[in-house]
Amino acid sequence: MLVFIIRRLMQAVLVLAVMSVLVFVGIYMIGDPLAILASPEATELDREAIARALGLDLPLWEQYLRFLGAALTGDFGKSFVFGQPAMRLVLERMPATMELAITATVMALVIGVPLGLYAGLRHQTALARGIMAGSVLGFSLPNFWVGLMLIMIFAVQLGWLPASGRGETVGVFGIQLSIFTADGWSHIVLPAITLGLSKCALIVRLARATAREVMLMDFVKFARAKGLNEKRVIGVHILKNIMVPITTVTGLELGTLIAFAVITETIFSWPGMGKLLIDSIIHLDRPVVVAYLLTVVLLLVLINLVVDILYSVLDPRVRLGNAK
Amino acid sequence: MTDTALPAAAPAPTESPLRRIIAEFAESRLALLGVAMLVLFVGAALLAPLLVPQDPYDLATLDILDARLPPGEVSGTGLVFMLGSDGQGRDMLSAMLYGLRISLFVGVTAVALALAIGASAGLLAAYIGGRTESIIMRTVDIQLSFPAILVALILLALLGNGVDKVIIALVAVQWAYFARAARGAALVERNKEYVEAARCLGISRARLLLRHLLPNCLPPLIVIATVDIARSITLEATLSFLGLGVPVTEPSLGMLIANGFDYLLSGVYWISVFPGVLLTLVIIAINLVGDQLRDVLNPRLKR
Repeated sequence: MLVFIIRRLMQAVLVLAVMSVLVFVGIYMIGDPLAILASPEATELDREAIARALGLDLPLWEQYLRFLGAALTGDFGKSFVFGQPAMRLVLERMPATMELAITATVMALVIGVPLGLYAGLRHQTALARGIMAGSVLGFSLPNFWVGLMLIMIFAVQLGWLPASGRGETVGVFGIQLSIFTADGWSHIVLPAITLGLSKCALIVRLARATAREVMLMDFVKFARAKGLNEKRVIGVHILKNIMVPITTVTGLELGTLIAFAVITETIFSWPGMGKLLIDSIIHLDRPVVVAYLLTVVLLLVLINLVVDILYSVLDPRVRLGNAK
Repeated sequence: MTDTALPAAAPAPTESPLRRIIAEFAESRLALLGVAMLVLFVGAALLAPLLVPQDPYDLATLDILDARLPPGEVSGTGLVFMLGSDGQGRDMLSAMLYGLRISLFVGVTAVALALAIGASAGLLAAYIGGRTESIIMRTVDIQLSFPAILVALILLALLGNGVDKVIIALVAVQWAYFARAARGAALVERNKEYVEAARCLGISRARLLLRHLLPNCLPPLIVIATVDIARSITLEATLSFLGLGVPVTEPSLGMLIANGFDYLLSGVYWISVFPGVLLTLVIIAINLVGDQLRDVLNPRLKR
């Protein structure tokens, strides 16, 4: 197990190193930040001074080495737009994004697992068919369009819920969270539904497919033969077994969710790091884009690692050491 | 039919494999509905120039006074806006059919290219093995561990707007699915007798790969390709919505929805709603067909 974790972490470092070169060289090619930073009236001399101050006059490889050296100490440079350290900007907004992604995941699980379980156990009933048809709709609906429709119905037509922002937040251990205030809840509901809908559909389908498989297994027949009531068979024997694939998939999808938050945050003006990325791409704010990407890459690598470990804990049949 | 191409099918089956697949496919009414919808959409997209009441790209026919008219209103020139008009006084129905053309074109082209590149890479990896295989498959693994939307977003931020650039970005994020599936299928097929027989006949490596291995690896790839067209279209719409996709001069369905976003808060719903409904219907149709294809072409479920 330890060998496995160390090997994975070393792979992660390699991926990060490759990504940092790709991202840095790639970002270097987009536009000229000077065109945005320097005012139109700036003289050639002013522009040179700005370029020198930001290190933009050096050759590319030297800029990269300077960047790498600083990055290892957690310094990704200052945002061209905000004038604050880029990494701090990203980290400041991370709680908002994580809060949104986790709320969406929990919603998808709480709604998806029971529906999928029902559709799997009673798969001939009309309700089960209806659930499955709904799930096709769930992952066919374009994510961003769902957001627009929710805004249109609940914010514009009915006026029940706010269309943008994060609402009132409460500091928990120094992190601002909005799920602890009623106002915060009213703000998070629509974006969380938007983000979680397709995941919910995925979980329904997965839960149904696994439930149908598990139902036919010997241990379920044995539990029934033992005279256990239906509640216990479903609640313990079947549910426990369908949770293994669901945990794995949900964990792996958390990364996609964080990436898709870029869209949801843009629609709902949710002040997370996804919105920061889009704004930074538009303003050619290189340090922030680089800081965001490397943060997300690190996050994805960590999520994948945790999911792999969790998988082996949940399913004792899986041994990580042998799985090459 | 295809019987002539398969003389080796010894105990002559009463029906050809293709006919069996079609018959099994037709068992699902939903799948047939999907096919019907797709035929309708593709036909409408191809014939758009003949069907639309107004050429949405011809700026001369647009009148700003006709802007944001609700569905059913009549324009200054007597044209009826069946689905309303957009911010520039463009007929929504016409703009949507042209948008559908672009969305379908981008989706199909991107998947075709991704299929060609991915299948080649996957087949080569399985056939050659060794270091080539590990390089290709490591690249696939790393690529698949990143969410497609993020990779496409960054690529487009680097490349800039344009239909060709969106296609490049979509191919870049999708080839890996095909490479993985093609390798998986080829690893199984590689050890079958017909491959050995073909090798004994002394045919060239290229011929063995293209004429023998590839056709037998196709079924899973076709299933992925079908569903992938839906995914490509959604991804393109999403990127265009964020302003990083197709240029404003050639609005796809996603771009039309984005244009309507600005008016949505003032109750002008039709600019965003109708293109979104069309987009959703297209994706549902493709998914219905893909679902049934998966069941029909999956050898594990064969009765």
